[in-house]
Amino acid sequence: MSEIKKNLKGFSTFPHDTIAEIQRSAREGIYQIRGLGAKRKVPNFDDLVFLGASASRYPLEGYREKCNTSVVIGDRFAKKPITLDIPITIAGMSFGALGANAKDALGRGASAMGTSTTTGDGGMTPEERKSSKYLVYQLLPSRYGMNPDDLRKADAIEVVVGQGAKPGGGGMLLGQKINKRVAQMRNLPEGIDQRSACRHPDWTGPDDLEIKIQELREITNWEKPIYVKVGAARAYYDTALAVKAGADVVVLDGMQGGTAATQDVFIEHVGIPTLGALREAVDSLKELNMHRKVQLIVSGGIRSGADVAKAIAMGADAVSIGSAAMIALNCNADMYPEDYEKLGTAAGYCHHCHTGRCPVGVATQDPELEKRLEPDLAGKRVKNYLATLTLELQTLARANGKSDVRNLEPEDLAALTVEAAAMARVPLAGTTWIPGYDK
Amino acid sequence: MCGIVGIYLKNKKYNKQLGKLLTGMMNNMASRGPDSAGFAIYNKSSKFKYTVCLQKNFELKDLKKILKSKLTNTKYKLIADHVVIETSSKPEKTIPILKNIQDIDLVGYGKSIEIFKQVGNPKDVVKKFSLDKFSGSHAIGHTRMATESAITTDGSHPYSTGEDECLVHNGSLSNHNNLRRSLIKDGIEFKSQNDTEVAAGYISNSLKNKTSLKETLTNGLKDLDGFYTFITGTQKGFAVLRDEIACKPAVIAETKDYVAIASEFQAMAHLPDVNKADIYEPKPGIVYSWGS
Amino acid sequence: MNFDLSKKTLREVNSYLQNIDLKSNQRDFVIKNPLGNHALCAGLQDEIKVTIKGHVGYYCAGMNKKAEVTIEGNVGTGVAENMMSGLVHVKGNASQSAGATGQGGTLVIDGDASSRCGISMKGINIIVKGSVGHMSAFMAQSGNLVILGDADEYLGDSIYEAKIYCLGKVKSLGADCIEKEMNDKEIKHLSALLEAQNIKADPKKFKRYGSARSLYNFKIDNVSSY
Repeated sequence: MSEIKKNLKGFSTFPHDTIAEIQRSAREGIYQIRGLGAKRKVPNFDDLVFLGASASRYPLEGYREKCNTSVVIGDRFAKKPITLDIPITIAGMSFGALGANAKDALGRGASAMGTSTTTGDGGMTPEERKSSKYLVYQLLPSRYGMNPDDLRKADAIEVVVGQGAKPGGGGMLLGQKINKRVAQMRNLPEGIDQRSACRHPDWTGPDDLEIKIQELREITNWEKPIYVKVGAARAYYDTALAVKAGADVVVLDGMQGGTAATQDVFIEHVGIPTLGALREAVDSLKELNMHRKVQLIVSGGIRSGADVAKAIAMGADAVSIGSAAMIALNCNADMYPEDYEKLGTAAGYCHHCHTGRCPVGVATQDPELEKRLEPDLAGKRVKNYLATLTLELQTLARANGKSDVRNLEPEDLAALTVEAAAMARVPLAGTTWIPGYDK
Repeated sequence: MCGIVGIYLKNKKYNKQLGKLLTGMMNNMASRGPDSAGFAIYNKSSKFKYTVCLQKNFELKDLKKILKSKLTNTKYKLIADHVVIETSSKPEKTIPILKNIQDIDLVGYGKSIEIFKQVGNPKDVVKKFSLDKFSGSHAIGHTRMATESAITTDGSHPYSTGEDECLVHNGSLSNHNNLRRSLIKDGIEFKSQNDTEVAAGYISNSLKNKTSLKETLTNGLKDLDGFYTFITGTQKGFAVLRDEIACKPAVIAETKDYVAIASEFQAMAHLPDVNKADIYEPKPGIVYSWGS
Repeated sequence: MNFDLSKKTLREVNSYLQNIDLKSNQRDFVIKNPLGNHALCAGLQDEIKVTIKGHVGYYCAGMNKKAEVTIEGNVGTGVAENMMSGLVHVKGNASQSAGATGQGGTLVIDGDASSRCGISMKGINIIVKGSVGHMSAFMAQSGNLVILGDADEYLGDSIYEAKIYCLGKVKSLGADCIEKEMNDKEIKHLSALLEAQNIKADPKKFKRYGSARSLYNFKIDNVSSY
């Protein structure tokens, strides 16, 4: 058979996974729901490179010649802005989507590096508040677990308009993950498939969002920075509207952003890549004269210190990691192969967060599986990963002559492809050409 | 997103204060719509009134020179950079003449209506046009927070939809690009990428084809997709319509002297006797109208 | 103790009421000239009584805990949104999303409520003496919505375990919402809810509505409901 296969020509339009998916639909009659982010390749930060130092630009020595990484978040209106030691935060992921051990570990790792974690579509757990030095509390359409005491316990509040994996979609958690504790926190019957609203229940539109933000500030004595999170759709307009609605911070999540459970068709076909959205958002802030005054946190496919550095060079104030943080915890790690196989997948291909049978104990509520994730060790992994990202960021910043990462600029970059050049508005390497840009 | 306001006087008691009352309402809606503002005031005249906006470096005297021989029985009222041309010349004759002049924009026309709109914070815009000095029988106003199109005067509301008619909108349409293209085929012209301009074009196209305003708005429920609260001004009063999902707010206050409508009650809190008013919200998908 | 919002700022009034010195023994407050302000009395957290004399804007008594807030006028969007406990009494009419996502306590509306009354409610009891607008009790998870008047279209769409009792006419029911039995247990339950607010109405004349529970787990046969 393998002899014959060597000479066979496959279909570009109907590759194996497409054939499998069509036949699955024919069997089951419903869309495929899965976790994590877009799997297909889109223009991203890999298509940009830094120029580095040269005869005209001089690098900084490592270690001795300081390269500052801290950033102040939320000083537009809030009485108590947050000072992060590193410009990398942990994105919103719910208790329910992740297990308690995972949330605990994320908190430990983030706190060890002086940065923040974010609650998700399930409310704030006491463990998370305890282990996180800075905790951002999300206000989502569902309002599961929302209460004024947690609002006051939080260090910042994030109003979620949408997320990159599904701009326009509501939260989703399948019955197998709604155990007693999750059900109680979300006020749902155990074991049912959670349906969530896609719009907020008491406001629609930035004109009413402005009034909602006012209410949140009134309840929390104007102390907490208010973030507005959008999925990358119309980033230029959404950023402007967040600013006009009175946000302190804009959080922009590109299409590569992950989810615990969403229709595959939504993940792959709605939202634009982080690279293009980031450019739009920065343009919008600059036109409003709000760049660096309203901070921009970008997420969706941030993997290495290079991604962090490039995002900051393009104008972001910080980045947020979700899927990458999970991978640091052990998501898709090469262990427990039989359990991956039981799910019909393998390490490196697994997107089965929605099943609740996470082989490495991260995206599960099953106590037996959760034992595979020890919070202290996992917390150290997260800390190490964040530390590595930071060191990589500083290495690149120093190489470009910066004593503060915030001094990275678009002119430090060149593009390797025409698409990336157009989306990031950075010249194609070796040329002065930016497609579509008339100076 | 935006703030919309309207006030219809049932009797002559507050005619002279109409502008003042509307000013209070617009100022209160400035935070909902800080980018630009506009209003339409209805004050019946025996002649036709055409409100035009002068472009930069074009002055009233230049306009007068061009129109001197073309219009009969003409008076000019200059307010900031808008001119109200009051003349016996009918629209069929006058509008083509005005459209031919490059340096002006025709903002509205009719026997009652005067429309003023401008980029800038609503509080500054109403001051610029001295809204508080206007009198009339009814008025509608708009404060704009631009969503998906640029902040320009062309992007501001109210939009003229016909003789003595105009439209303001709070919300966001979702099929306006396709609709714009089909209206262009029907001969409607557009100056901006604004979704409301498309709704205004849809309404004026339908009215041109002799469909009543009520039927036009009811058809709109099917043809216009998205979220909206519309107020359309007419010669005799105004009409209100909310889409079937009705997420965008609207509240009405009615006394024996007036009917007022606004996106928030706050805009009406200063109106006379409002604490004794009948306060209610228009139901979705139903055309409410006063004066017609 | 009196406050006048034409003389004091919203922040001053809210801040005072959110941070009551329990030793002071001041428990009763009156707010004059609310002038349609938003988020008035949001975030209260003590057993105090506040009377607001006039009409208010959005989110009045938002996230209320323990306090008793009476509004002698109409309220804007989201009155008592996400209330945790206590009592909010609207003597006039309520705008949309009244009691939205409320987790506890009681919201009483003497007049009508507009659309989405009790949307996503999570344990609050809402009693409307007038009628409610469309999409009321949308995705209502738990708690009770009692309507003495009528209900507009799509009542209880996508409802979970909340209970709806309606005395008047229901224009239409939403997805997965059906009429349910009014047995003795239910009549007793409704009776207690009405008596707690001194409302004289015959519980036996109400109809009950709740979830058919057919959307609780994804089934292909229900595809038309989506």
